Amino acid sequence: MEFFVQLIITGTVIGSIYALLALGFTLIYKATDVVNFAQGELLMVGAYICLHLTVSYNVPFWASFLITLVFSFTMGFFIEKVFLRRMIGEPIISIIMLTIGLSSVMKAVVQIFWGTDTRTYPQVFSSEPFMIAGLSISRVYIYSIAAVAVFLVLFSLFFKKSKVGVAMRAVASDQQAALSMGIDVKKIFALSWGIAAVVSAVGGIFLGNINGINTTLSHFGLKVFPVVILGGLDSIVGAIVGGLIIGILENLAGGYIDPLIGGGAKEIFPYVVMIAVLMIKPYGLFGTKAVEKV
Amino acid sequence: MSYVNCGNFKTSYEKDAELFQTTFSKILIYAFIAALFSVPFFLGDYYLYVMNLIFIAVIGAVGLNILTGFTGLISLGQGAFMGVGAYAAGYLSLTYGLPFFIAIPAAGLITAVFGAFFGIPSLRLKGLYLSIATLAAQFIIEFGFVRLEFITGGVTGLSIDYASLAGYEIDSDFSFYFLALAICLVMTLAGVNMMRTRAGRAFLSIRDNYIAAEAMGINLFRYKLTAFAVSSFYAGVAGSLWAYYTTIITPENFTIGVSIQYLSMIIIGGLGSILGSIFGAVFIVILPEVLQSFSDWAGGYYPNLTQIIGSIKEGVFGLVIILFLMFEPEGMVRRWRLIKAYWKLWPFSY
Repeated sequence: MEFFVQLIITGTVIGSIYALLALGFTLIYKATDVVNFAQGELLMVGAYICLHLTVSYNVPFWASFLITLVFSFTMGFFIEKVFLRRMIGEPIISIIMLTIGLSSVMKAVVQIFWGTDTRTYPQVFSSEPFMIAGLSISRVYIYSIAAVAVFLVLFSLFFKKSKVGVAMRAVASDQQAALSMGIDVKKIFALSWGIAAVVSAVGGIFLGNINGINTTLSHFGLKVFPVVILGGLDSIVGAIVGGLIIGILENLAGGYIDPLIGGGAKEIFPYVVMIAVLMIKPYGLFGTKAVEKV
Repeated sequence: MSYVNCGNFKTSYEKDAELFQTTFSKILIYAFIAALFSVPFFLGDYYLYVMNLIFIAVIGAVGLNILTGFTGLISLGQGAFMGVGAYAAGYLSLTYGLPFFIAIPAAGLITAVFGAFFGIPSLRLKGLYLSIATLAAQFIIEFGFVRLEFITGGVTGLSIDYASLAGYEIDSDFSFYFLALAICLVMTLAGVNMMRTRAGRAFLSIRDNYIAAEAMGINLFRYKLTAFAVSSFYAGVAGSLWAYYTTIITPENFTIGVSIQYLSMIIIGGLGSILGSIFGAVFIVILPEVLQSFSDWAGGYYPNLTQIIGSIKEGVFGLVIILFLMFEPEGMVRRWRLIKAYWKLWPFSY
């Protein structure tokens, strides 16, 4: 039983990071119709920048966290302006390949600057675990779940209340109508990339605090697909729910199936779930069904 | 200089669909093939090695182009399908002792069955959803390579004998060159011809408008699966050739990175063009080799370069994809056509 609860807790932590990543992915997809294969690299770059600031320049963690967010926002903003802006209206394969190309470039830049070895964050959170109902839970887990929750709440408020957030939702639901209402659609496109990069960087920083970082961090970007397919590609609620479900399922599979087959189930299980979802309910739990005409 | 009329004077559909539009192009292509058969006598082993890689890549790229470029079904699983072909060939030759000329087509057929199976979701899924499904297929098949040890040998892989024909072992770059070239030519020609048949036209119509195609009597299920099977057959043949070339088959040769490489070949070469697949394959195979030789040359001046050359290769690869998509989205084949059109009218091109 304790094993089971531990798996659930780890799953929730990883799942909340998936949720952040998926939130970024969904934002971009909703607003700009771009399928972002470079989501994991945005996470990786964020994690490395924050680590670099903390370790090499001795910036306090909270400050480097904020600087990273600003940097990520700028990076996302300009990626859209420079690369994705030209791809509007191109076939989906071109857009997919462009983001794949971007992901290669980002990965290469990170490797050139920081090498491929695993690096760890300095001790930011105290290592003494929380004791809850007889279970010891690592402090960084609690903090990451809390931080992710805060971010998710902040973003929901942003979309519900702020002017820019409402404009973003308007663009997502109908670009032409938004344009004729005087919303600057181009700005919204760039903004959504910026915000997506920010949420990914947050995920990357917390992931780095849990496990340390290396360039395999970018594999997280591909895990975002099971999450968004399960939740529904264009649903923000779906991204969060899907992230948690996939994170927990993945850890349960790792805990219970791996010993039977000798490992690897954790990596593959989300994709098996995804295939099942694609076959049964391709638009996911909360997605809108696309209607096609000749 | 002008070897073709500067207008289009075809009077029948047969003429329009001819393989060689003019006698001159026929002569050129035959001369090119003859040259291909004679170059290995003048080239060193390294160049032959690169050529062999190119031939294998051309087969895989033509296959992927039939699926993605002609039928419009995006696949991120070409790498895994090549792996299926390689393991199938390895297993057949190790367990049943089949000679390569049976094992390679058999591996192709096995891969075709695999491909058709993983193509079943394509009936319900389109575009993005399909590409994600093939991504899942890639990961699941890769998992199979590692875990199904009784067939694949797990992480250590399979080690097979060189192909041999009537007692002669194809164990050098030189002898393999002819095998790879011959198979590559047959497969490319088959690809070109397939696009001139009913099936080829059906593929194009599915790509352009699948609802209209269905309304005009094209069985979507059948032709989509056919496209998957044909494309996987090509991947399987390429993979089994690779197996006979390296004789060691391990899972890390068939990762998602390979799938991405093949997609980039057809993007850079030109979607929906057999010639484009060839250009793209040549380009993507040569690119890292050029970078490598540059780093070997410059490594003397900048010793750090040799350590990061792997990352530089990946970065340049990504950059090339981005630049092509931004500035020449139709690929190298469009440039080729422009050059050809220019010389057609030379010296009176405006």
